[in-house]
Amino acid sequence: MAPRKSTKKPNVSAEELKAYYRDMLLIRRFEEKAGQLYGMGLIGGFCHLYIGQEAVVVGLEAAAEEGDKRITSYRDHGHMLACGMDPNGVMAELTGREGGYSKGKGGSMHMFSKEKHFYGGHGIVAAQVPLGAGLAFADKYKENGRVTFTYFGDGAANQGQVYEAFNMAALWKLPCVFVIENNQYAMGTSQQRSTSSAEIYERGKSFGIPGEAVDGMDVLAVKEAGEKAVAHCRSGDGPYILEIKTYRYRGHSMSDPAKYRTREEVQKMRDERDPIEQVRSLLLTGKHASDEDLKAIDKEIKEIVNDSAEFAKTSPEPAVEELWTDIYATEVPQEA
Amino acid sequence: MATEILMPALSPTMEEGTLAKWLVKEGDTVSSGDIMAEIETDKATMEFEAVDEGTIGKILVAEGTEGVKVNTAIAVLLEDGESADDIDTSTPAPEAAQAADAGNEAAPAASEAPAPAPAAPQTDSTPDWPEGTTLKQQTVREALRDGMAEEMRRDDSVFLMGEEVAEYQGAYKISQGMLDEFGAKRVIDTPITEHGFAGIATGAAFGGLRPIVEFMTFNFAMQAIDQIINSAAKTLYMSGGQMGAPMVFRGPNGAAARVGAQHSQDYAAWYMQVPGLKVAMPYSASDYKGLMKTAIRDPNPVIFLENEILYGRSFDVPDLDDYTVPFGKARIWREGSDVTIVSFGIGMSYALAAADQLAEEGISAEVIDLRTLRPMDTDSILKSVMKTNRCVTVEEGWPQGSVGNYISSVIMQQAFDYLDAPVINCTGKDVPMPYAANLEKLALVTTDEVVAAVKQVTYK
Repeated sequence: MAPRKSTKKPNVSAEELKAYYRDMLLIRRFEEKAGQLYGMGLIGGFCHLYIGQEAVVVGLEAAAEEGDKRITSYRDHGHMLACGMDPNGVMAELTGREGGYSKGKGGSMHMFSKEKHFYGGHGIVAAQVPLGAGLAFADKYKENGRVTFTYFGDGAANQGQVYEAFNMAALWKLPCVFVIENNQYAMGTSQQRSTSSAEIYERGKSFGIPGEAVDGMDVLAVKEAGEKAVAHCRSGDGPYILEIKTYRYRGHSMSDPAKYRTREEVQKMRDERDPIEQVRSLLLTGKHASDEDLKAIDKEIKEIVNDSAEFAKTSPEPAVEELWTDIYATEVPQEA
Repeated sequence: MATEILMPALSPTMEEGTLAKWLVKEGDTVSSGDIMAEIETDKATMEFEAVDEGTIGKILVAEGTEGVKVNTAIAVLLEDGESADDIDTSTPAPEAAQAADAGNEAAPAASEAPAPAPAAPQTDSTPDWPEGTTLKQQTVREALRDGMAEEMRRDDSVFLMGEEVAEYQGAYKISQGMLDEFGAKRVIDTPITEHGFAGIATGAAFGGLRPIVEFMTFNFAMQAIDQIINSAAKTLYMSGGQMGAPMVFRGPNGAAARVGAQHSQDYAAWYMQVPGLKVAMPYSASDYKGLMKTAIRDPNPVIFLENEILYGRSFDVPDLDDYTVPFGKARIWREGSDVTIVSFGIGMSYALAAADQLAEEGISAEVIDLRTLRPMDTDSILKSVMKTNRCVTVEEGWPQGSVGNYISSVIMQQAFDYLDAPVINCTGKDVPMPYAANLEKLALVTTDEVVAAVKQVTYK
């Protein structure tokens, strides 16, 4: 099956289109700034950038309703910004400061927001897949009609626990959209070298889970597929798999020289398929927005990102007492 | 304003690098994402991309320069309308320097922070139930089931999942009758897929439920230990207190009888090590019930280590509507003056049998049942050792890195002057569990070994 393309005449307003442009641009600029702060030594450890994959989360968030949940891996900054978490809190977590979402104790890979129903931020490849199925289990148990988006990569798709989760999710009809963000490289190993079948979405077949491939550089195609998947889950028909074919422009993490692919391959993707450029061109050719309109958005985003960097630099390091807090809960956290 | 382009840190450990190659020259325009240079780090040669758009005004570090410190200005980027003449290269990079200083300040402060082990609870020697309470004889199996069932009646968000817990009525019949009472929504048979269902249960706990996960035995939980530790135990901390996993992982632990090496391991010392987990390992039926109820109500992940051989044993259980036992409170089974024997779980059977035998020989042993290993009631141990001046620990697990090793170190550090003899740890032998009946007996700790250890520390 060819990846789903957006339908010829997308049922989308100029305002929505502008919002997707803005949201994707926020992720792109935020990540570039994070890369810069990493280079300056203000961000430490591992830092996995989302540049190139922006259309995936922005398209799927457009298909989500209030109260739906999301959980992902360590490449999580884009997901957090897309679900409305505060860029200041995310950037300050990257710098390990008190104002970060986890008070500086989680870092790039471990952030959470009960308010935005964002359940992390997990560093063990594929561990979030059963966890996401478990969130969906809780929603089904409570009969609240919510859906969980469980994101993982093409690399994680080779972990055994993914199929344990698929089996139980199908068996118990859990309202879970399994989103495979196929950026074609599991760290430095291409899909061809790691994965026996080309179409990962077909791996749900043996569990009776429907799946489809989606053009992940096309935000409207992602949104359309997301809406279909969500409707399937919400109607009680169990899980759904979306294999979203995307591409990361940067290395696996900041310290990856990315020698496993050519510079031309990356450049070609940037030149021909860039998700932000696609929407920009739709906006301009359809006369939904003028150059000035887009410049104003660019300026707004630049300010937000610069402010977040400023906040992340000036927020103090956590108090030393924080070393000893949050190890044990004294009361049960209430579900938001 | 002209922006300095700084030598980037391109790996978590990089402090300096070689500017291998410039891919832009002065006067070139760059936009965000363009590759400007190749930099050799301690690990690899990396491409270095532009973040902002502008014109390269000046290259400050020539290609081929080695040992360029991170955060050194390597070039200057001009915005529209600026000229290279405006460049002032004397400005250092202030932000990164400050961050490094802040890091250095934090280090000594952290070393003054309190000791890592949770503070031992104050010794609480109140009896577990009031005097005059009616007692009934119950097996550990029945007590466990009653504890779970009472909590499920009390709280709709509590559910039980595991292999064979529902229709089969429990592989060890712990959940007998529970499917009938609570239905298939709350007593859930899982496929044989420990890693997967431990993860699903942990996710359900994040989502506001209170799962009880039964592992048919804790040996199989090794398949799930990543979810138990990395997901359940650490999330509260990693989320800055926003969310955690209120849940119970339970099942038989340690040796049963003649089931060989892969089905006979005691995990007490493993789980006891993990901050974020609580660990109970009861011996008597009343503790199985009271601690299980406490475990289910606890807002943290609890490892509840049971024992198959104890399932069928009967003990006095108080006939009370809501009987709970607090975590971190040891039970003194027997008072004595010559030696303190500390144990937990099935180890208590050897400890108590040894104390009986020693009493006949005129040696008075105090026997302490820890009941929970994390938190651990070290105060009760210390108080007793300060009275008896000698201590023997008893467990079935392996000797290296055992629970007894930890107890010994606590006593050594906090009651050294009270000791009249080295603490002896009676443990299982340092071998995988053999199958042959005679060898299995030898591999486990025995009452005779406990008696011999007590005689050694009392010089009798």
